[in-house]
This record gives sequence, C-alpha cells and structure tokens, in this order.
Amino acid sequence: MTTRSDPALRAHEAVKRYGATIALDRVSLQVARGSCVALVGESGSGKTTLLRCFNAMVRPDAGSVDVGGRPVESFDPVVLRRGIGYVQQEGGLLPHWSVLRNVGLVPWLRGEADAEERARGALDRVGLPPARFGDRWPRDLSGGQRQRVAIARALAGSPEIILLDEPFGALDAITRSELRRSFRQLRAGMGVTALLVTHDLHEAVELADEIAVMKGGALMQVGPPQALRDAPAHEYVEALLERAGIG
Amino acid sequence: MGRVMLLAVAVAAVGGAAAARAGPTADLPGSSADLPGSSADLPGSSAGLPTSPVRAIQPTQEDGAPVIIASKPFAESYVLAEIFAQLLEARGIAVDRRFGLGATEIAFGALREGAIDIYPEYTGTALAAILGEEMQADAEAVYRRVAGTFRERWDARWLAPLGFENTYAIAVRRETAEELGLATLSDLAREAGGLRAGFTPDFIGRSDGLPGLRAAYGFQAAEVLPLLQAVKYEALVESGVDVIDGYSTDGLIARYDLVVLEDDRGFFPPYEAAGLVNGHFWRRRPDAIAALSELSGLLDEERVRGWNRRAESDGDPVTDIARDALVELGLMVSDGGETVESDRAESVPARGAERGSAAAAESARSPAVGFAWYMWQNRTDILGHARRHILLVIVSLGAAALLAIPVGLMLVRVAGGAEGVIRGIGLVQTIPSLALLAFMIPALGIGVVPAVVALFLYSLFPILRNTYTGVRDANPAAVDAARALGMTPAQLLRHVRLPLAAPVIMAGLRTAAVINVGTATIAAFIGAGGLGDPIVAGLALSDTRMILSGAVPAAALALLVDGALGLAEKRVAPGGVAVE
Repeated sequence: MTTRSDPALRAHEAVKRYGATIALDRVSLQVARGSCVALVGESGSGKTTLLRCFNAMVRPDAGSVDVGGRPVESFDPVVLRRGIGYVQQEGGLLPHWSVLRNVGLVPWLRGEADAEERARGALDRVGLPPARFGDRWPRDLSGGQRQRVAIARALAGSPEIILLDEPFGALDAITRSELRRSFRQLRAGMGVTALLVTHDLHEAVELADEIAVMKGGALMQVGPPQALRDAPAHEYVEALLERAGIG
Repeated sequence: MGRVMLLAVAVAAVGGAAAARAGPTADLPGSSADLPGSSADLPGSSAGLPTSPVRAIQPTQEDGAPVIIASKPFAESYVLAEIFAQLLEARGIAVDRRFGLGATEIAFGALREGAIDIYPEYTGTALAAILGEEMQADAEAVYRRVAGTFRERWDARWLAPLGFENTYAIAVRRETAEELGLATLSDLAREAGGLRAGFTPDFIGRSDGLPGLRAAYGFQAAEVLPLLQAVKYEALVESGVDVIDGYSTDGLIARYDLVVLEDDRGFFPPYEAAGLVNGHFWRRRPDAIAALSELSGLLDEERVRGWNRRAESDGDPVTDIARDALVELGLMVSDGGETVESDRAESVPARGAERGSAAAAESARSPAVGFAWYMWQNRTDILGHARRHILLVIVSLGAAALLAIPVGLMLVRVAGGAEGVIRGIGLVQTIPSLALLAFMIPALGIGVVPAVVALFLYSLFPILRNTYTGVRDANPAAVDAARALGMTPAQLLRHVRLPLAAPVIMAGLRTAAVINVGTATIAAFIGAGGLGDPIVAGLALSDTRMILSGAVPAAALALLVDGALGLAEKRVAPGGVAVE
C-alpha cells in the first residue's frame, strides 16, 4: 500500500557482501519525498552500493529496499529504472549517439511519441540550447557540458527520484560550483527526490537536506548538516567534518 | 644470393611454419620423410594419420571416369606423374591431374581414402616413412615387403618398379673432393671434422639419414645446418656449406658439377620408384593398369636425371619433358613437336609456353621486365589461381564469421567459461597447417572442401576473440548508464555494445582474412589449387619466377584485403567514435 506519507526511498537493514568484503552492513536509511540526501564517506565505504540498490542494479543479500513504499524486487527492473533518473561520474553518455538522442533515451525507451520534444526541453533546462548542442557528439563537449547532458538525460523522463553517483566528481572547481548551483535550482523547480553520492562534504552541505555518513559499509549517522555539526554521533563523523573545515 | 633469398622467402610463405617445426619432430620414426622436395614436409609423422578403414569418401571413378593422378611436390614426382598422365591419355584414358600434394602423408592419405587413384612413390620411403620399419639393403626384399604390407593393410597396390632408384646421395663440390681426396663416404667420414654440412631437416632426423650415417661411417661433421631443399644447392655452390644430402637422380648434381660420394658400405637403402595405386581403382580399371604397366622397368637413373635437369635447371615445361620421355621410350609416337596436350594440361606448370617467342623476347630483358612478361604470358593461369584463392578465402572467412560472431556474443552473456572456450578454439591455431590438412584427409579427402574447412578453423579464433572482448569491454560507463536507465539486455546489445564493438569485430575479421590469404597458399598441398599452386610447383622445380608468380599476387592480395578491411573498419565505426 503506497501512500504519500511513505518515504520515496527506504532501506532497512540492507546487507551486501562481495566475497569476504562487506559492502553494506545492515544499513537503514530513509529519503523523504522531495528531499535530497547526500551519502558521504571514503571510497569503498558502501555509498555507491547503497545507491545502486534503489534502481535494482545491486540486489542486497538481506534486508529490504523499497521505492515509493514498494519493495524493489516487486518491480520489473527495467520499468523501475526507466522511472528513476541516474547520473554517474563519467557521465556514461553513449558516445555514438548525438547529444539530443542521449537526452531522449528514457522517453524513447518508454516509446513516448514526444521523446525528442522532451529531450529538447531537458537540454534547455540544463542550460544547453538544443539548437546549438543537440546534434553534437558527446566527445565534442567539455567535461562540464557532458555532465549537464547526463543530468538532462536523467531528468528527461520526468522522474520523481534521481540517483546521482559523484555527478561532479571529475570536474574542475569552477565548473563544479556552477553545476551545483544549476542542480539546486533544477531540483527546487521540479521537486524531485534525490540521493547523491559524494566524497565532498561541502557539496553535501550545499545540496543536501540531510547527510548520511558511511564508513566500512555501515551508516554512522544521518541528519541535517547542522545536527551533525552540533552532535556528531561518532568520532569519525567529527573528524570528517573537521577535516573538511566544517566542524 | 638474391635468388636464394627469394626462395627462402617463398619457402617461408608456403611451408615456413611446417619447416620451422620440422626440427624437433623429425626424429619420430618415419617422420614425414620423403625423397626430394621434402622441404615442405609435414612435421607430424605418418603415425598421426588415423588408420581408418578404407571408406569411399570421394566417389571413386566409375568406368571411364578420369583417372586422378597425383604427385608429391618435387620435380621428379611431377615428371613421373605427368608421364603417367600422358601415357594414359595416349591410350585414350581421361585423366585428372592433382599434382604437388603436400608430401608423403597427404599424398598417401589421399590415395588410401580413394581421393586419388595413383601417384609415384618410392619403396624406401614407404618402408621407412609410412610403415616405420627398419631399412633393408636388398631392393627386391624391400619391394616385396611394402607391396605385401600395403595390399594387406590398406588395399593399396604397388605397380612393378619403373626401373630406377632415387636414393640419398652425399655430394661435395668438385674442388673439395680433389683437395681432400674424397671418393667414398668412408673418405668423407675421415675428413668430416673440418667440414660444414647442410642437410634437409628430415635427413637430419631420419634413421636412414644422418643418424644412420653416423652409425655406419662414424661421420661427425664440424657443424650440421638444417637447410631446405630449395636453398641447399646454392648454399653448397656458394661455399656456405661443404657437404649436402642430395638424391641420386638429382638434375642439379650434374648442373653444378658436384661429386657424389660412393656409399662404399652400402648404407643407403633402396628407393625404387613405382606407381602406387588405390586398390579399388586397381580392380575397376584394368585398362589403366595395363597402360601404366607399359612403363615397368623402362626407366633408368641416367634418363631420369636428364629429365630432372630439364625440369629443375633448364626450366622446360613438365608437359614437354613427359612427352619427349614417352617418345624416347617408344611408348608414344612423336607428333612433330607441337603437342595437343600442352594447353589442356592446366594444372601442370606450363612454363615456357610459347617458348620460341619467349626466348627471343627474353634476351634483352631485365629480371623485373622478364618477370612482368612471364606474368603476362601466364595471366590466364595466374588469374585462375587467384580466383580460386579468393574463393577459398571468401567461403572459409564468411563461414567463420557466421559462426564466430554469434558465438562471441553468446559468450559475453554466459560470462563464466568464455575464456576457456576461446582458448580451446585458439588451440587450433597451434596446429601446423600441413598437419591440419593431413588430419582432414580421412574425413574430407583432398581438394577444396578440406582446404576450406582448415581455413575456416584458422579464421575462427581472431574473429571470436575480438567479438568477445570487443563486446565485453565496450565503453563500460556508457553500458552501465544505459542499463541503469532501463535498457533491456537485448537493447543494450543492439544499440550500445554491438555498434561500439563493431570496429573491434571488424579488426578481428581483418586479422583472420590476412592470415587466411597467407595460409590459403598451403591449400595447394592438398590439391585445392589457388596461388599456392605455382609456389609449390616453382619450389619443386627451382623456378623462381614461377614461385613469384604465386607469391607476389598472394602478397598483393593480402595487402589489398588488409587495406579494404581497414577501410571497412573505419566505416563500421559508429559516428562519434574515433578509430585510429
């Protein structure tokens, strides 16, 4: 039974092992509708694994993962994924497809007649006029432009949820802050729920309503940035905030 | 020097792989051994051929069907086979020539399976190389032994001996012989410590070759170099070596004025030449057997040496030599020089066609122009060889692509075990091409079919490997994102993986095609024709131009295929993806 009060994303005691390595150690997390949660932690802390549980790219060994109040495994994974935006660090644009075709991927997969229209709209929203950029190859774009295209692609299907895996990780500082600003505006305008993986606490503080700190596959603390600052639940959280100059 | 190099290159082109591997395998009993021309011999031993019962794989001749005559790839074998052929034709019996078959294993394998009816063989070779038995000194005993055993074991019949022997002969330069006072092998053994020997690889390995010679005479040379048949004489004449193994009927011994040392201890076993025929043919065609039997006992070593010299040194067409021989032997009436047979005998090296005009035109010509003229004169044959070559390549490559690409795609899906499958297929690549051809004779006979199957097998690996790795490794980030945004596995394959892998798959196809064009020259050894035909015949007849008339177009074809598929590689690269 799905109701408006269910969290958009919910993991309960999720466990994932890769051989002897524990990637997720009984992780429980909720992302309220319309909010943005940032997963922070070192590489290998389980952030990406947790993120990919929500679009069925990773299947947990134990525990439950729900999307919109429904268990992930009750969805056809292909249908589920077409309903959730996804951006990865490398952008993951199809190199042999034009920018416009890349952006229109999800509407096209869903067989929507207005796929191209929606792609143009999405490109416009990320600040790339389709008339100028639509016909280009991904390789002809700058790194920042490529990530904008990737975000436009994730939003073109008008998803309620978007998963971002280090979306600005490979960019220079100026491009990064520009993109963050754009993203904040976009999200505010569309009211989309976002789960963001980042190793950059500043980014987390700027973009997220809540920050979830992970270490060694376990969730250390979740809360608004201010709460983490005021009452770090763990030495690691405190050290992390201090190192970032936020503490 | 230049000629030696060219020959060496051509040898490498045809039988390089086989020759290079001949060393270690050559000590197997009866390994691939053969009389002259064994440069292209097979590394595997005759023991490698499955001894399946005789099966009628290729339909043997109905009465009146052409008699399929084969030869092994050396001059004397060509001459004898052509003599068989013209004799039968003179008696009104149609023939089909399949000359230059790979070596003992392939020729005998083809005979046993009924793919050919007759070829000239030597009793000593049969005893040592096919039966793998101890050599005997008595020629008659050897003949009786092989005739009886072949009949009983394989239903193969030995016709009566032709009258001459072609046994090993150890030769030195005349000045070496005079300087050191060498007349016999005992003399040679005495002086061997100061001499460099150049022997064919199979002679080095066979028990009736160098090991036996060492045992019988205590022969220990300062150094023994393995040399191919085609370069041995040049090496001796140019003093690269001092002693070589030759053959008693070798035309080149006379040409280079070499001294053959007397086998004073009677070590070398008898190698009587005779027609070896398939038993089925023997029963069905008494007419042909009777005609061939007219040759019994008529030949002698001096005559054969003269014919071999004409073939190897003078560059006379084998058709002419055979016709003259039959006239000389009184088995055919001279028809006044111009022969009706010469233009019909397509598979026979037709050197010096239009000799009169050619000889006149040739006098004031540089080698390059001479070669161009030769190519022009033989253009019909060469084009025919090239067409056959291209056919072999296209059919085998096409079939390999049709199998290897889908299998490569499937392997990406199953993931586990894929590497094992690909490595398994890769093992085919390690089978020497001549050995692979020989293995196929029991099932597929000789000719185009086994050649295509062998080339097909060689083509699988590069295509499979590139398809698998190309698809598996296609832009992982793009594949991951497309999957995470809801592409089905089939959509991923069709819209992402395959287009991105296309240039890699094409590169595999290109590798396979180039290998295939080169390997297809070997097809000549099993009678499949192609540009290997003039290479094999030219090697046998020491005719550089003939070798080049096959090797140059084959190399050009390889370059052409490489260039064309290189372009195709760029064409199949999807837009937005650069190909180096």
